[in-house]
Amino acid sequence: MKLKSWTAPRPSGEASEEMAVTLGTGRAAKLLILPAWFDEANKLRRLTLETMRRLHEAEIDSVLPDLPGCNESLSSLKAQTLEGWRAAAEAACDQFGATHVLAIRAGALIAPQNLPGWHYAPLAGSKLLAALLRAQTMAEREAGRQVTRQDMLEQGREGGLVLAGWALGARMVRALEEAASAETAKQSTIEASDLGGPGLWLRAEPAHDAAQAERLAQIIANGISSESAA
Amino acid sequence: MTMSTNPVPQEDCEVCEASGTDADATLKAIMVDVLGIDAQDAAEFGPETGLFGHLPELDSMAVAGLLTEIEDRLGIVIEDDEVDGEMLETYGGLLNFAEAKLSDT
Repeated sequence: MKLKSWTAPRPSGEASEEMAVTLGTGRAAKLLILPAWFDEANKLRRLTLETMRRLHEAEIDSVLPDLPGCNESLSSLKAQTLEGWRAAAEAACDQFGATHVLAIRAGALIAPQNLPGWHYAPLAGSKLLAALLRAQTMAEREAGRQVTRQDMLEQGREGGLVLAGWALGARMVRALEEAASAETAKQSTIEASDLGGPGLWLRAEPAHDAAQAERLAQIIANGISSESAA
Repeated sequence: MTMSTNPVPQEDCEVCEASGTDADATLKAIMVDVLGIDAQDAAEFGPETGLFGHLPELDSMAVAGLLTEIEDRLGIVIEDDEVDGEMLETYGGLLNFAEAKLSDT
């Protein structure tokens, strides 16, 4: 695996340098992997990287970019917008020459629509936001502050807010309320149950399941090889 | 202390796949997925089994995920003001809450 840098456009017109994990030897199929977001990104990181290793064995290159503001990124998370991340996903696709996309969980909200590929257990923006709001509400209540999810959502729409440690700008909050992944003719959904086990994002403690990585890589490898045979 | 059981026999309950004693099975399945424990261990969860405040891995993010999963799998909506210490402290508290919610719907 290699770390490579790529350039993500910023809504302001400048660009930011971001990192990506790549694995491959320049083969015909190159999979762009759009990771899960926030807390789920941590819980699914190992599954994601293990899937890349198995794809490598199946002669498929892959690239896993950091979204601006996430993981190793030096950009501010609060400055990010949904449209900005969509543009970043397109830019990563172009710069790495991706032929297919695998969008994981909320990653499906920003999948470039023209690429063939898969959405793994896609998560609607409203659901993502609801989980973050609930976690924050519970943390506030534990600290003795009586707040409701609705209060916090209104605050977030106006001026952004920090939810469960993640700083979201107002534009991101408003966009997430409406955002849903669009399954296109070229992109199909892999349900959590298709991997033969419960989604690892559910785990209170991050865990790994090698069989799920194997299954996910297999579904993708089968899909790509049946395409080239057609 | 004994758990209340569903008075409706399973075979008479065509539309409510996830109700009554099924709430127990569904909650235990969620515990398996969230805590990463064996189904056998979850089967031993009783009314007094401690949850929030007893299991260090159940932090607020994990509990938020747990509640969302309960909503999805049981088809209920859990309001902010329904989430309190009593409901989350033990497995029995959570089960009673879920069963009461299901009987309301």
